[in-house]
Amino acid sequence: MEDFSVLIGGRAGEGLNRAGQIIARLLNAHGYHIYMYYDYPSLIRGGHNFSIIRAATHSIGAHRTHVDVLLALNRETLILHSGRLREGGAIIYDSDAAKADGIGIPLSKILKEEGAPPITRNSGLIGAFARAAGIQWEVLERIIKKEFPKGTEINLKVARRGFDASEQKLRIDRPSMKGLPLVSGNEAIGLGLLRGGLTSYIAYPMTPTSSLLHFLAEVEGDFGLKVVHPENEIAVMLMAIGAACGGEKVAVGTSGGGFCLMTEGLGFAGMAECPVVIVLGQRTGPSTGLPTYTSQGDLLFARHASQGEFSRLVTAPADASEAFFWSSESLRLAWRFQIPAIILSDKTLSEGYYSLMVHSREQSSVEESGPGNEDRPYRRYRFTDSGVSPMAKMPTRGAVVKVNSYYHDEDGITTEDAAMTASMQEKLLRKGEALSKELGKYETVWTHGRGEDLALVCWGSNGPVCQETADILGARVVRPIVLHPFPEEAFGRALGSPAATVVVEQNATAQLSSILKGFGHRVDATVLKYDGRPFSVEELATRVQEVHA
Amino acid sequence: MREEGLISRAQNTWCPGCGNFAIQHAFKNAILELGSEGLSLDEVVLVTGIGCHAKMADYFNLNSVYAIHGRAVPAAAGLKIADPNLKVICCVGDGDAYAEGLDHLLFAAKRNMDMTIIVHNNRVYGLTTGQYTPTSPLGFRGKSTPTGTAEPPFNPIALMLNAGASFVARGYTRRQDQLRWMIKEAIMHRGLSFIDVLQICATFFDPHEVYDRMVYEPEGHDRSSIESAMRLASEWDYNSESRIPIGLFFQGERPVFEDRFRGVRPDIPSRENKIGMFLEGRR
Ligand SMILES: Cc1ncc(C[n+]2csc(CCOP(=O)(O)OP(=O)(O)O)c2C)c(N)n1
Ligand SMILES: [Mg+2]
Repeated sequence: MEDFSVLIGGRAGEGLNRAGQIIARLLNAHGYHIYMYYDYPSLIRGGHNFSIIRAATHSIGAHRTHVDVLLALNRETLILHSGRLREGGAIIYDSDAAKADGIGIPLSKILKEEGAPPITRNSGLIGAFARAAGIQWEVLERIIKKEFPKGTEINLKVARRGFDASEQKLRIDRPSMKGLPLVSGNEAIGLGLLRGGLTSYIAYPMTPTSSLLHFLAEVEGDFGLKVVHPENEIAVMLMAIGAACGGEKVAVGTSGGGFCLMTEGLGFAGMAECPVVIVLGQRTGPSTGLPTYTSQGDLLFARHASQGEFSRLVTAPADASEAFFWSSESLRLAWRFQIPAIILSDKTLSEGYYSLMVHSREQSSVEESGPGNEDRPYRRYRFTDSGVSPMAKMPTRGAVVKVNSYYHDEDGITTEDAAMTASMQEKLLRKGEALSKELGKYETVWTHGRGEDLALVCWGSNGPVCQETADILGARVVRPIVLHPFPEEAFGRALGSPAATVVVEQNATAQLSSILKGFGHRVDATVLKYDGRPFSVEELATRVQEVHA
Repeated sequence: MREEGLISRAQNTWCPGCGNFAIQHAFKNAILELGSEGLSLDEVVLVTGIGCHAKMADYFNLNSVYAIHGRAVPAAAGLKIADPNLKVICCVGDGDAYAEGLDHLLFAAKRNMDMTIIVHNNRVYGLTTGQYTPTSPLGFRGKSTPTGTAEPPFNPIALMLNAGASFVARGYTRRQDQLRWMIKEAIMHRGLSFIDVLQICATFFDPHEVYDRMVYEPEGHDRSSIESAMRLASEWDYNSESRIPIGLFFQGERPVFEDRFRGVRPDIPSRENKIGMFLEGRR
């Protein structure tokens, strides 16, 4: 099979994210490219959760509406998702909880006989799935052992019972090659930051970036990383600035609400020229919104947050591979230009699982600007052509380093002088020009396909679904990865002059579209989605056809 | 820059008679003495909020972070996380630390971070021209409360004792020797040192006559006892006209938060290896 999907559903608290990951690893072990979408409401017990695991022989980063196998831990899953099942698809379900036309596994009975806890039910279904997919028991055994270091034995027992009670329905090809590393978007961001030189990570928990905090806290020992969870996001941002002054390479992570609290600190970082990387995982709506669902509603906010005017970098990677690369580069560029760099993620990217392809492109060798001997006496804000002053950390022998949130002179002493104010303002913006120039060396706009009839323009996690849709419709994709400073020249070149331009966004007001119009680009139609759920391939293809016949 | 001395070239813009001069003076002498006793001034960082007090950042030839209103303490915490050996001193205002940034103050005490917090407590917002603060007396008539406040003040000494600060003191600007001594002790203390310094605002709130009459240095107070410290703290509620004890209320020993960040860093090649190993495990 070249491309197929498995949906596993049940109640919150039944370990459906974990179950999805195990299925993903099973398929990954057979050399497939994997994408996994996990859908869950914001509660700990009860409610409906499901994971869609898609496997394909080509690179993917989006889910499909239709599934080939439906794994149901309860009746609700069957009611909600039976309509997705492709003709000839298989249902595997708990026959003690529901009735269906498929492979019934008596999970309650099995658990009782094995004396197993309720959380192992999903292992029974996974075992049954493995058999149905023609996966060898040894492969499943190996993965369960790895994924359940605790409770290995009991999970294996339940899985084996499910395996034995099942029958083969599909044929998974023999392992053709070793699978790629399977990581979540947040793990890719974390690893990218580490690769870029991260030494501290400071965050207050907030979906969808909490799992980045958890991941980095887990590996802090391995990487000598300092992970801190302070009292609130205001403290997060200020601690990050303090840490940067002390020589740390530091990142923070949050979602919209936390980013609101960080904005005063963001302006401080801009004014005081303290580098910091902000991972902003978008979720749906203003205020608390839909905490566990996705959105691209914060693009303009990320570009403009804070009073006043200063330079910043905003990037929006599309999948784990891009997230890995751009997290590393964001950190390097933030330190090189002494600016805040925002990585715009969303629930889809942060919590989705992807096969990671490490860019063949080598990471840049971004040189840093420490103070030299000519810098005596040291001046934290010395004027230079690029606007970038040599950055000395505290302490530096013989240097007095003065960092200031007021307009200041070259020494960092407060000023209200008109000429100095204007010069410092220009210095802050000159760094942005230097940054733009540097970005010219990067692939800041991603393109795909050839068709001259239709160009789909999108950003962030919509990249992969647009790519597949474009392939179906014979269209092209043009996707800016860097969103600020906007790579207008590269974008114009990439867009060319298609007959029609349709902008696809996961928000209600077409924010990228408004940026494009600002640069004088024609937007013929927009396809917007703001219900918190990412587009499936089929859904997007239909929506695009509705506006572009 | 420091060759020019500890006081910078920045023009001083405090009002004549401002209590900040006395704190600046005590601070300068404390630093000079510590310097002559072997403290490296390169390792001192002065972190301030925003307000009249905060101009300290400009006035000293020391490393400084002139932060934003209420947020000196978390910036200072970040510095300590980066380098636990730094001597970080926060000069903050009462509006700054007790209103806008109270959360950070309490958490710094809870964590017992090894840094010093000096509150320039003039019991008024100076820079914004005279509104009440959390330590203004009940009924204070400020520009935002022309008919008088309806809320009694906090007792920051009691608050900080409760929150876990391991060095808690109160100073008065017109007790120079004690203030200088206290600042020195605070800087050298391992753990969170907190000094609430009673200071007048020459323009908007000047109770120096009351302070002169009421402040006293208690004798025989047991500084190692949190109960005695609490009792002493309750002698004055920042509201009534009662005796005002000044001096070191409490000094204790507790583990310091940032100690867990003293450690070696793996070099860059070993980082790359570790990333590679992690990814290999995910195949
Ligand atoms: C977020 C924010 N809110 C308000 C202000 C305006 N502001 C500047 S200083 C200040 C109060 C200063 O009072 P205090 O901290 O007691 O310092 P003092 O001037 O008395 O030394 C205020 C409200 C600000 N700079 N930032
Ligand atoms: Mg004040």
